[in-house]
Amino acid sequence: MTTETLEAALGAGEDAALADLHSRLAAAAAKENLLDVAYTVTGSPVGELLLAATPEGLVRVAFGVEGHDAVLARLAETISPRILEAPERLADPVRQLREYFAGTRKRFDLPLDLRLATGFRRTVVEHLRDVGYGSTVSYAGLAALSGSPGAVRAAGTACARNPLPVVVPCHRVVRSDGKIGNYLGGSGAKATLLEMEAAA
Amino acid sequence: MEVKPFEAIVREHGAVVLRVCRAVLGPDDADDAWSDTFLAALRAYPSLDPDANVQAWLVTIAKRKAIDVHRSAARRPVPVPDLPEPARAEAPPGEHDGLWAALQTLPQRQREALAYHHLAGMPFAQVAVLLESTETAIRRAASDGMKKLRTLDAEDLR
Repeated sequence: MTTETLEAALGAGEDAALADLHSRLAAAAAKENLLDVAYTVTGSPVGELLLAATPEGLVRVAFGVEGHDAVLARLAETISPRILEAPERLADPVRQLREYFAGTRKRFDLPLDLRLATGFRRTVVEHLRDVGYGSTVSYAGLAALSGSPGAVRAAGTACARNPLPVVVPCHRVVRSDGKIGNYLGGSGAKATLLEMEAAA
Repeated sequence: MEVKPFEAIVREHGAVVLRVCRAVLGPDDADDAWSDTFLAALRAYPSLDPDANVQAWLVTIAKRKAIDVHRSAARRPVPVPDLPEPARAEAPPGEHDGLWAALQTLPQRQREALAYHHLAGMPFAQVAVLLESTETAIRRAASDGMKKLRTLDAEDLR
């Protein structure tokens, strides 16, 4: 008899039990208003996307290249450490993203929590939602749309820090010289999204 | 000091807390104690000292929840005796059934000492505080419990 035997005995069937207990915890936490941030990871043509939502709505979409653990750590710091993987709250965003990537959805109809974009960045993010499927706008055009035609660089920064890429379409903002421009998810991901929308 | 997302806490410590709950309460009530423990921990988590020993904190909560679950189990009506025995089906499956059963024959104090010291890795002095006992008594309870399991281990297990 060793501690290891004891651990093995008590740990029997543990993985399945823990998975079940985890979903029970997530459900109970949501019910008690203790689930400040729920998240899930979903596959997509532009890599695995992390989706996070507060009770108000979708708060963060993150590409794999951003480092999902780092993104969650920042959410713990800026919103709340009460974070659990809880796919139930993300069922709608996951479904709509799947439809979008299948080419059958042109507009997202989701409650959004824009708290991670403040000030002018918030204004830009709000106007980004008006840039329609399959169309593009230049950074200067976006600055003008946002009511500050001179703030081209700030508009670019706002796109680069868009907390909700794909859903809030910063990929539709391109350089006025015709080049594709930078993107949170890498310029390859941006090209994929633009080609997909152009083809649909 | 960085505060981890609570998800990381569940992943890191969920298994140990479950084993502790199973050892102290048996398989049937362990799940409830685990759930109560992590829900209470989630509630208190934002105000936890970032330098705190998270596992010891969780085990302390689990100890309190085990008492609650134990009390409410005591209040539950005794199952009708002629129904088939359900406990077997709920026990975790595996080749350690003998040890599992043996553990449940130990006195409460010995199971607790084993759980908090051997499974949760708490020093005897800390377990003594948790169980409102003395280090010597806890050391003996853990050693007696281990000895008894070892005897049963030789008989029932290979």
